Amino acid sequence: MKTDDLINALGADAGRPALSLGGIWMIAALSAVIIAGLVFMAALGPRPDIAAAAGTVRFPFKFVVTGLLAGTALVALLALSRPETVSRTRLAALAAAPLALAIAVGLELAAVPEAEWMTRLVGTNMMDCLAAIPSIGLGPLALFTLALRNAAPSRPLLAGAVAGLAAGGIAATFYASHCTDDSPLFVATWYTVAVAVLTIAGAVAGRTFARW
Amino acid sequence: MDEAELARLFRAALAGDEKAYAAFLRGAAALVRAYVRRRAQPGLDPEDIVQEVLLALHVKRHTWRTEAPVTPWLHAIARYKLIDAYRRRGGRIDVDLEEVAGTLAAPEDDRPSSREVGKALASLAPGQRSVVSAISVEGRSIGETAASLGMTETAVRVALHRGLAAIAKKFGRGSR
Repeated sequence: MKTDDLINALGADAGRPALSLGGIWMIAALSAVIIAGLVFMAALGPRPDIAAAAGTVRFPFKFVVTGLLAGTALVALLALSRPETVSRTRLAALAAAPLALAIAVGLELAAVPEAEWMTRLVGTNMMDCLAAIPSIGLGPLALFTLALRNAAPSRPLLAGAVAGLAAGGIAATFYASHCTDDSPLFVATWYTVAVAVLTIAGAVAGRTFARW
Repeated sequence: MDEAELARLFRAALAGDEKAYAAFLRGAAALVRAYVRRRAQPGLDPEDIVQEVLLALHVKRHTWRTEAPVTPWLHAIARYKLIDAYRRRGGRIDVDLEEVAGTLAAPEDDRPSSREVGKALASLAPGQRSVVSAISVEGRSIGETAASLGMTETAVRVALHRGLAAIAKKFGRGSR
């Protein structure tokens, strides 16, 4: 086929596609939150003492970390879904959630006697946490992978991994309202492992499905 | 064609101007051709990659931010497609079929085995693969395929045509 024939064929299709890239991500993010919320409410639901917990320091802080993770990952995901190279400085925002968590861990270590560190780290819900966050995040990850398929990521593996982070952030936000282990030591350990599972799954999905 | 002119034409094209779109595609093709030729490697037809890029920029045109410059976007797509072509070519050694034709047994059946079909499909770019597999293997219509892949019918026809041409070229049967 001659390039000119191709140009003529494509030229007849001028006009904008129905959905902009921003629109695609808006729909993907909203549906991801809805699906994660439905799965969460069906399987777990918030803890009964949530009103009392909201008055503490540690419980609300969990949402600062998970919210930061979801927010920064979604912003990075939008940038990574365009073909142009994304600078390291723009990706550096992804460090916000780990940084906030690291500071909280430092404060917790200073505030709590050493004998209690392990008890707080192990907590009582670690298996729950490891199972729930990936399960709640599966739907969002599938939606984000689908959105990436409709985008043009020049680094599909990296974009997929960040999609996993975003799905993990959303899932962890819901799960945090169920879990009674509020210590940053618990969050830094088990939430991290659970989100890492989604990140690896996202990288594989991106490599497999988001190439174009 | 410079950045400002290309961006102006692309904006007009996105607003529905077919003439501007054809002019933009010609300008983009020239730019990509120069880019690919500078990096050409033996065994890769630069024009194949130019067409690959044109098709990709059409299907992915919503990933351009209309307020951003268009040449970095074009180069990013060209770069991705060039790397993709290198990778798909991989370590394959090109042997002229004529040279070994005498040593190959004559095929007993003219229909390709599913392994051959798989091999032919695997040699295609992902976009072409989904179109060729939907239409030629699953037997779906152009319209259905366009709807399920979110492409226009023209883009599906073009991808099908180019995919089949690539298979014919690579596997020799029914071409040239």
